[in-house]
Amino acid sequence: MDINPDTWILLDWNGWHINATIAFTWGVMAVLVVASWLITARLSDGENVSRWQVMLEVIVTGIRDQIAEVGTETPGRYLPFIGTLFLFIATANILTIIPGYRPPTGSLSTTSALAICVLIAVPLFSITQQGLGSYLRGYLRPSPFMLPFNILAEATRTIALAVRLYGNVMSGTVIAGILLSIAPFFFPVLMQLLGLLTGLIQAYIFAVLAMVYIASASRAGPHHTHDPAPEPSRNEGE
Amino acid sequence: MDAATWIAVVSIITAGLTISIGSIGPAFAEGRAASQALVALAQQPDASNTITRTLFVSLAMIESTAIYCFVIAMILIFANPFVEYAAAAAGG
Repeated sequence: MDINPDTWILLDWNGWHINATIAFTWGVMAVLVVASWLITARLSDGENVSRWQVMLEVIVTGIRDQIAEVGTETPGRYLPFIGTLFLFIATANILTIIPGYRPPTGSLSTTSALAICVLIAVPLFSITQQGLGSYLRGYLRPSPFMLPFNILAEATRTIALAVRLYGNVMSGTVIAGILLSIAPFFFPVLMQLLGLLTGLIQAYIFAVLAMVYIASASRAGPHHTHDPAPEPSRNEGE
Repeated sequence: MDAATWIAVVSIITAGLTISIGSIGPAFAEGRAASQALVALAQQPDASNTITRTLFVSLAMIESTAIYCFVIAMILIFANPFVEYAAAAAGG
């Protein structure tokens, strides 16, 4: 069974292998760009608002509210990055309703690239907000002995982000494939439905975790935490 | 038995053990998280939005440990690196 869309070569042109991951990533990008361009080309603030604009407004304000709930005062700063992550992963996972499509998030290379984006974005946001020295001092908190563990936490949470998304999406594809050979017609459809739900939840979790990491690195003072696991609940309680 | 057969046997047994042992912990944890969330929902129905959202996030994070085991099991069965190693060793 082919569990990796990287090895599915769609096009071989002069030694350039266009595999399924790249092609479908371009497809998702094209869908997002063309849809947003078509909708934002006819924005209006009058009485006649198209339903597409309403949909876009709901999405954008929803992401904005979620970012604000993680505990930042300025959600507008993080909206482009977090919103792009969420929309890309959500679209890539939802498009599995199209036959023949393989989600690019089911490839470890895509999810690693997204996780590395988060790894780079965390210090960038933090340094632009509070300066280089304050960011580097965050590694020495709560005591200098924690320096290796803090650096290790950066690496492990990046790997965890990548493998979590990859494993969830890939397992949906693989389980549907296994069920197709055992009990065709009905159970694969149910698993696909479940896969749509997991895909959306994973997109939400990826975006929320990225925001939590950025917020915890940008926040100075006693609220500073490094433990990634219990942070969503703790931050939402604040 | 030659090396490739041994690798196949050990891989399959280990994959089964990985997924079975690795799903016990997350199963207990998810049940505990769900029951606690139900208790919280019964006590504070007004906070149902926050509780449900937090429950989903934590369920997915708990589940990711099981997913890691699943990934390892899949690698052992479908993409075992030692199979190629044994084939290369046997071939030359």
